[in-house]
Amino acid sequence: MLAFIKRHEGLWLFTRSPAAMIAAVVATTILIGAVFAPWIAPVNPYDLASFSLMDGLLPPVWEEFGTPKFLLGTDDQGRDMISSILYGARLSLIIGVCAMAIATTLGVGLGLAAGYFGGRFDAVVMRIADIQLALPAILTALLIDGIARGILPPEMQQDLRVVVLTLAIALSLWVNFARTARASTFVQMNKEYVQAAVMQGQHPLRIMFVHILPNILGPLLVIVTVDLASAILLEATLSFLGIGLPADSPSLGTLIRIGMQFLLSGEWWILWIPTLFLIALVVSINVLGDFLRDVFNPRLR
Amino acid sequence: MLRVENLTVKFPSRFGDVTAVEDMSMNINAGEIHGLVGESGAGKSTVGAAIIGLLQSPGYVSDGTLMLGETDLRALDRFEAHRLRGKRISMIFQDPQTSLNPLMRIEDQLVETILAHEDIPVAAAKSRAVDLLEEMGIEDAVVRMQSYPHQFSGGMRQRVVIALALCTNPELIIADEPTTALDVAVQSQVLDLIRRLADVRKVGFMLITHDIGVIAQIADTVTVMRHGKRIESGPTAQVLGDPEHPYTKQLMAAVPPLDRKIDRFKMPLEEGVTVPGTSRGDKAEAWLLGGARSDPIGLTLNDIDVTFPGVRTSLWHKPEPFVALSEISFNVRSGSVMGIVGESGSGKSTLAKALTGLIRPASGTMTLGGADLPGGKARPRNHPSRQLIQMVFQDPFSSLNSRHKIGDILAEPLWLYGLVNDKEERKALCADMLGLVGMSPEAITKYPHQFSGGQRQRIAVARALLARPKILICDEPTSALDVSIQAQLLNLLKDLQRTFGLTVVFISHNLSVVRQMSDDVVVLRNGRIQEYGPSERIYQEPKADYTKRLLELTPTMPSRWHL
Repeated sequence: MLAFIKRHEGLWLFTRSPAAMIAAVVATTILIGAVFAPWIAPVNPYDLASFSLMDGLLPPVWEEFGTPKFLLGTDDQGRDMISSILYGARLSLIIGVCAMAIATTLGVGLGLAAGYFGGRFDAVVMRIADIQLALPAILTALLIDGIARGILPPEMQQDLRVVVLTLAIALSLWVNFARTARASTFVQMNKEYVQAAVMQGQHPLRIMFVHILPNILGPLLVIVTVDLASAILLEATLSFLGIGLPADSPSLGTLIRIGMQFLLSGEWWILWIPTLFLIALVVSINVLGDFLRDVFNPRLR
Repeated sequence: MLRVENLTVKFPSRFGDVTAVEDMSMNINAGEIHGLVGESGAGKSTVGAAIIGLLQSPGYVSDGTLMLGETDLRALDRFEAHRLRGKRISMIFQDPQTSLNPLMRIEDQLVETILAHEDIPVAAAKSRAVDLLEEMGIEDAVVRMQSYPHQFSGGMRQRVVIALALCTNPELIIADEPTTALDVAVQSQVLDLIRRLADVRKVGFMLITHDIGVIAQIADTVTVMRHGKRIESGPTAQVLGDPEHPYTKQLMAAVPPLDRKIDRFKMPLEEGVTVPGTSRGDKAEAWLLGGARSDPIGLTLNDIDVTFPGVRTSLWHKPEPFVALSEISFNVRSGSVMGIVGESGSGKSTLAKALTGLIRPASGTMTLGGADLPGGKARPRNHPSRQLIQMVFQDPFSSLNSRHKIGDILAEPLWLYGLVNDKEERKALCADMLGLVGMSPEAITKYPHQFSGGQRQRIAVARALLARPKILICDEPTSALDVSIQAQLLNLLKDLQRTFGLTVVFISHNLSVVRQMSDDVVVLRNGRIQEYGPSERIYQEPKADYTKRLLELTPTMPSRWHL
């Protein structure tokens, strides 16, 4: 086991970094909790029959009036906080991961092509990216939300909120991938193995995806982790502002928005517990991203 | 003056301590130039770093004595060692580009260094700096001192670096590959300067280099190192001219002579090469010789001009184009080796790129075996020349895709050109081809990082051969390799060229190497042909002044030293 770890530099560095190890434990725990929420959570917060208004506003178990039935208390509707948070994290993560998948595909594809072909194509793609960066993510989200409201029939709008939100987040994050992929591609283009492939007359698509892409995965992987945290935060922000998910299918952001109403009325747990949970998730993902950056970029060490 | 005894340097790693230098001893007297030679990984630079106290963390001196005069270098604490550096020992690095601060004027850098070690008025420091620069052969030093490093040429910059090293009157200067990044003409000036400083100022030099010609030219004494250990040491003429140790003998046999052409390098021990009995690549050889092969073909260039967009100096005017190659015409006879020599910036690599279709000449024509050869984007992806012309690149570390297995890298030309369509057959042929270039066939399941530079270059040769080329372009194929590995690769290229009747374009800055390889030679300078003709004629009776000067200035060793 030890010999195996020593052979892989990344693993070796990992065992040397307490921050990365703690972050990995936190992130993995949250991930498992979110993925298995339907089996772990005491109740289903989406099922109106599973909770009752009579249990509303119960504090966490360690406070006065807390009951072991609701370890972290309940909200005003009587929903168990643990269940809400697990289901909320599940939704946040689904949106975050899907948005990242779309942003990565779009950004890496465009960035690779821009770096490979250069010239006019590169200029056009990068100017679009610049314009995209000038628009705040919220504006993009509002724009897509507005378009969706305009063209979709009202009965579909509720169902497609998740899709709209995912697209909006993806569109505001693809630029990072495009820029990194383009810059790394430029570096690789000067490497002799790429010149050898060009010289041999290989197809540009093959050179881009078979030859160059595997060599630029390192920096891209770092962005994927760091931006996953941004995507989750962005979703939380949008939901908090009310352009995100409706209150009956709460994500972490929606939970925080609901909790806001109770901030000054003494029921602190409705706001604080989802907030702390969100912070733990985002910080641990960011720490892992930093760690990956160190592994892939030995000069920064 | 400097006494090193039983020096041992260790680097702790996750696999335990690695011994970089073991039981190393040497003495350097005032005014002596002591050469430290060895191939990469021999621990030469580590010895220098240990003496000056700049071992890269986490390395440490685990044993031995380091005495500079009466000072025990190992007993110094951090602050004392810091004071001593620059004051009594200085260092000259390989790359003059990065050893000067690009944002500071030369004057400020010199004055800063002088004032750091001596408590004298600024004006005195300035006049000392001027004197030093003039001593280094920089004319008009008062004015030139106001310039920034980027305003100096490479050779001038290296003089400034030497001036910096000298400005506190050190007893010892450690020069780590001081001329490796320089062209021959500049190199000879810098070497003369070092010799003069040793003679006049009685500075001791430790000259670390892999270039035996440089050592032969200026070093008084020499130490040969290998794997962190001292192999042999003594006066230069004795150690290099009449070596006792088999390793030194082997090293000397691998040095290409400039003054004559030898048929093959004598390589007694070819490390990393397959032992007889395993695959010798018979199948690959038969495959290359058989099939649709016809006679070798030649290559002709007619009035090739290559220009690049210049630097824009005004918003309104079109930038002047930069001329990289101008009026290049020559003919590579079929089945012959054409050597192309020139200093950096002479357009050698641009020529290779034009031939391989990576860039398009502004004017002129190229023909391949009588047929027109379009350049750049005008050459379609499926043009027959894509297969017929193959290239071996300079940098063995970037010419193979590090994320692909050797087997996949080698098989690429086979399916790309539709040469072998069966997957198993391709695999067998690739494995056998590795045998032909002197490597173990098992290599196909490994990745490039598992091989050394020389082995990778062999793999690159195998990749080129698997396309069944008729023209092989080698762009500085050995400049990243140690001499013994270089000799092996040159032997291999010669053998392959003869067996398969390849037409080879061999590009190098190294005159000695080109002489060993070529039938004809083109001498390039600033994108123009200086001289073109049969190789032996050019080396024996050069006509162009430039060729004469190049041949004169290249450091060589007496021919009787060659084995």
